Amino acid sequence: MTAPLLEIRDLKVHFNLPRQSLLGPRRVLRAVDGVNLTLHEGECLSIVGESGCGKSTTALTVMGLQEPTSGEVLYKGKPLNGPGAPSRKQRARIAQMVFQDPYASLNPRQTIGSTLLSQLKLHGLASGSEAQDRVAAMLKRVGLQPDHARRFPHEFSGGQRQRIGIARALMLDPQILVLDEPVSALDVSIQAQIINLLMDLQETLRLSYIMISHDLSVVEHVSDRVAVMYFGHVVEEGDWHSVFTRPTHPYTRRLIGSVPDAEAILTGARGVPDGVAIPSGRSFSPDISIRRDPGQSSEPSALVPVGSDHRVRLAI
Amino acid sequence: MSQFLPDPVLSVRNLRLGIGKRYEILHGISFDILPGETYGLVGESGSGKSVTGLAIMGLLKRPLSVTGGTIHFQDRDLLKMHPRERRQLRGDRIAMVFQEPMTALNPLVTIGRQIAEMFVIHRGMGWPEARRKAVEALESVRVPAPEERAHAYPHQLSGGMRQRVMIAIALACRPDLLIADEPTTALDVTVQAGVLELMAELCRAEGTAVLLVSHDLGVIANMCQRVGVMDQGRLVEEQDTRNIFTNPLHPYTRGLLAARPRLGSRTPGQRSRLIELDEVVNAKDRGRDMPTLITPRGPQLAPETRA
Repeated sequence: MTAPLLEIRDLKVHFNLPRQSLLGPRRVLRAVDGVNLTLHEGECLSIVGESGCGKSTTALTVMGLQEPTSGEVLYKGKPLNGPGAPSRKQRARIAQMVFQDPYASLNPRQTIGSTLLSQLKLHGLASGSEAQDRVAAMLKRVGLQPDHARRFPHEFSGGQRQRIGIARALMLDPQILVLDEPVSALDVSIQAQIINLLMDLQETLRLSYIMISHDLSVVEHVSDRVAVMYFGHVVEEGDWHSVFTRPTHPYTRRLIGSVPDAEAILTGARGVPDGVAIPSGRSFSPDISIRRDPGQSSEPSALVPVGSDHRVRLAI
Repeated sequence: MSQFLPDPVLSVRNLRLGIGKRYEILHGISFDILPGETYGLVGESGSGKSVTGLAIMGLLKRPLSVTGGTIHFQDRDLLKMHPRERRQLRGDRIAMVFQEPMTALNPLVTIGRQIAEMFVIHRGMGWPEARRKAVEALESVRVPAPEERAHAYPHQLSGGMRQRVMIAIALACRPDLLIADEPTTALDVTVQAGVLELMAELCRAEGTAVLLVSHDLGVIANMCQRVGVMDQGRLVEEQDTRNIFTNPLHPYTRGLLAARPRLGSRTPGQRSRLIELDEVVNAKDRGRDMPTLITPRGPQLAPETRA
């Protein structure tokens, strides 16, 4: 196996909370508490979990938008944080982000053209008519017209805005795209178009994706590997097929079981596929389904392999 | 069989609404909701499903207004009612649950008081008695420690808890009709399942009819007996829930069903494109009425009589 493109090692992000009383104990929110993930070239790794599980914080750390408390993020073996880390400008050419709400992430007073051009200028990559040509080519690539460059964000529909968000992220030819709920703000009819576009782009540009989503049907459709996060820990990870056909961790099973699937409900064929038998003599800690206080310190068990590319954590 | 059917709780006929007469948003939609029935309205954003709910509640904001048609609630035309009468009905006989509980709840008032308000206004109770009823209402929506939670402000609750409070307020006066506009869209899937189940259970117990507005076909299948599909301001198809999934008739419905990524539909070793709506639906079929597909008072016209 080739060296991973991106490696997250024992990542911890803790936030200090205000004391509840003057002499009360210092409280810490352990948003991400020891996460290890790897992303290979051309792969789509999805992180799923409910709000507050730390999936977005993990992604922000990859983007350099959140300083980790400890642990490291390695890009092709070199650390992205700490001393000797690349500058923000260098980072911008490694990884870019596509946000959930494209309208909130585009400047309403700038035309699409100038939003896209400014990156090329800032990085000194192209200027004049060459830059214009690159903007036009990018708009075409994401399924828009070159003359859309003269328009403002409010002149586009939701689906078109997400195309612009993708174009913006791709202007500097990054290798990694972090997709934060890329289709959850869109209508069902538009979702399919954006998912198809993302899959096409991944193939033609050899991109690697880290996708954050709570929509499991989208995750299943697009991902190569899936990591399920729960209260700051990865509780199950592996190849998409093993995770979806043999979900083993109780939380993963609950997550898959709560997706309202029309046909399954109507045919009564509702049920979660059987999980993998975990090594004998071990079991899941019984309190796993009870909401824990995320501020509480914990001694998680190691991830136990249950398949060729499928690991599960017994206790957090 | 028609004589066995009860009179509908809500009967919308040829409802038109828009900005003045020139810009029409709903082009005449008709449907009925029977007592105790859960009726789903699906469609994408801009199809008019939410404004339909607001029109029934009488909460349309200028410049939007109803320009034609009737809305009968228990044989009284809501549109001909005096605003005062309508206000009395609203919250008492017809209640609504909104998508975003944080914006629908008053951030400066404790949730106990917001629930108690319903009893004071609509039942003429005194505050102390209303407060006791509010705690009972919180208990019925399974908010843990209702006694203490009654003193909490909305921001102190999680999203799922806030939506439970919304449901408690809406069902406080045991309404005959509940309008739920995307009630669980802002919630996590695991929380969503619990809230939907609770809503279904409480409405079933009281025989409350529900108009459920949603874009999520899974939620609709889970909750509704009948479904109306809306596209571009028209109700394009209406069927029993089971039929809409097994035998969709309108091209738009077929497209909508085909475009969904579905759990368990991917085959190992490959990654195929999703079907896009535009690839299956002709532009000319969008928002097109197909009169044969709409059967107001749906269950009266069972499939065999319609065919």
